[in-house]
Amino acid sequence: MKDSNIVIQTSGLQKVYTMGTTEVKALAGVDFTVTDGEMVAIMGASGSGKSTLMNILGCLDYPTSGEYYLDGLRVDKMSKSDLAVVRNQKIGFIFQGFNLLARTSALENVELPMLYDRSGKKQNTKQKAIESLKRVGLGERIDHEPSELSGGQQQRVAIARALVTDPALLLADEPTGNLDSRTTIEVMALFQELNDAGMTVLIVTHENDVAEFAKRIVELRDGRIIRDEPVVDRHDAKLALKKFVDQQSVLV
Amino acid sequence: MKPTTLIKIAGKSITKNKMRSLLTMLGIIIGVGAVIVMVAIGLGAQQQIQQQINQLGTNLIVITPGSSNQGGVSRGAGTFNRLKIEDWEKLQREGQLLSGVSPVIITRTQAVGGSGNWRTTINGVATSYPLIRDWNMASGVFFDQSDIRGIKKVAVLGATVAENLFQGQDAVGQTIRLRNVPFQIIGVLEKKGQTADGADQDDVVLAPYTTVQNRLSGWTFIAQILASTGSPADIPAAQEEIRLIMRESHKIAQYDEDDFTIRNQTDLADAAQGTTEVMTLLLAAIAGISLLVGGIGIMNIMLVSVTERTREIGIRMAIGARGGDVLTQFLVESIVMSLIGGAIGVFIGFSGAKAVAHFTGWNTAISPTTVMVALVFSACVGIFFGFYPARKAAALNPIEALRYE
Repeated sequence: MKDSNIVIQTSGLQKVYTMGTTEVKALAGVDFTVTDGEMVAIMGASGSGKSTLMNILGCLDYPTSGEYYLDGLRVDKMSKSDLAVVRNQKIGFIFQGFNLLARTSALENVELPMLYDRSGKKQNTKQKAIESLKRVGLGERIDHEPSELSGGQQQRVAIARALVTDPALLLADEPTGNLDSRTTIEVMALFQELNDAGMTVLIVTHENDVAEFAKRIVELRDGRIIRDEPVVDRHDAKLALKKFVDQQSVLV
Repeated sequence: MKPTTLIKIAGKSITKNKMRSLLTMLGIIIGVGAVIVMVAIGLGAQQQIQQQINQLGTNLIVITPGSSNQGGVSRGAGTFNRLKIEDWEKLQREGQLLSGVSPVIITRTQAVGGSGNWRTTINGVATSYPLIRDWNMASGVFFDQSDIRGIKKVAVLGATVAENLFQGQDAVGQTIRLRNVPFQIIGVLEKKGQTADGADQDDVVLAPYTTVQNRLSGWTFIAQILASTGSPADIPAAQEEIRLIMRESHKIAQYDEDDFTIRNQTDLADAAQGTTEVMTLLLAAIAGISLLVGGIGIMNIMLVSVTERTREIGIRMAIGARGGDVLTQFLVESIVMSLIGGAIGVFIGFSGAKAVAHFTGWNTAISPTTVMVALVFSACVGIFFGFYPARKAAALNPIEALRYE
């Protein structure tokens, strides 16, 4: 029924919040498809419904109506604990505030999702966690706690944690919101690299510069998609980084 | 999640906040420690009383005149409210289950001899008395049947009397005077110690009952008859047998009540035992309350911990922890904490009981049951008081939990 290379498919997705007697439509019917290997930026001002969409796509929340298929599974009617399993197996989350466990080493943070895994893939969790950390360029600092790492490094640990379960989808919520310009470009370079390797990436952002690193931009306003188009002049983060470094050295 | 993983996670979270964990456990530590010390003191007292009661003799049955129902009032002609030598002789003849029967005629007088004098109790008894009381000789011999038949003026001293009159010298062969009647000392008894109610059992002089009757008191009534059975199992049947023989001997009509009382060691023990049992229970209850308070301490900290770790819970949920996983994590954490606290409490309880025994000289006894019960109870405290906070954690909405600052 569903095309096997479709990762996300929603139809008529609605989310209505009732506040007293007034109803607020955070999502007013979103039809949205993401295929395997895409890198999509979801944009919108605050109140546009992008956080709500993000929560539903991330299986943290239920739509009021509409259908949502994730990697061929219908998830909008699933029970809470089944959703937890879907989050564990299919989705890798990356947050603005990194959301690493404090006083817990990078390695243990990355191992964490595998502890909740019931599919039997949990052998060699340490080995897998180390590989994942190497993949994001953090092979060295695996025993450091978050407080001993820079913001960029913390976000890399978070990305390693998201990658470690081999998810169908990377879901990043304002991943560069807490980072400086240079680290932002570095993290975006990492996303582009992962995307080039075949990972489907969905980034929620309100920054145009960040969105330009994606292949496709979807813009929301008042709970509807008002723009959905490929990025014509896609930024290459590696080039941007080189340019940035050159600029810095000129300034110095 | 594997149980080992769960315990590992719980252990990590406990060691991450050492001070907080220690304070949390403190309630349980003190509670369990207190329960163990208190119960040890109570059990020690019970054991001591049991020991003292066993010292009375083996499978002892005591027959005394009068019955509590009667208040000592004679029931009229043809019945007796006293015990007589004939009763004893009848028991001796007809008691099939009795390994020994002895009358005890009691009188108090001044014993003069050796280096001074000493007021003591004179018991006129039969030859089977040492067997019944399970009482060995320290030196010399006990009087025999010929001494009784011959109304011989021979005496056996209790350790206290021998000590007071002869101060460590051998009393055997010496003479004491009781009411101006000279008695030859033929033996000294081993030290037996105090009874449960604190009376010195060694402050006694034993003589043939015939001699005491004829030379000292002149009474034909006897204070009590002691009997013993071959094994403790025979006691109830033996008591019934004694009752029937005694009723026959006293010619008590079918529906009249007994004019004598038969008690065994258990009956004697029960009163004293009952008191200490109540005491033990009371001590344990007081200590149990501190365990309860300790449990509330755990709940308090766990509740704070859930609020403090809302974000952590959100993260765990976002990456795939189910409500059940979070619930189990917090529950295991509180159980591990209360079990560790319980274990430390057991250790402290042991040391505490030792210290109490050392400084006060009281007998303390720690039973494995107490330790087991204390540990199981502390685990239950962990489950009971950990459940509400754990459920609160599990019910968190991941979106809100992630946004929590």
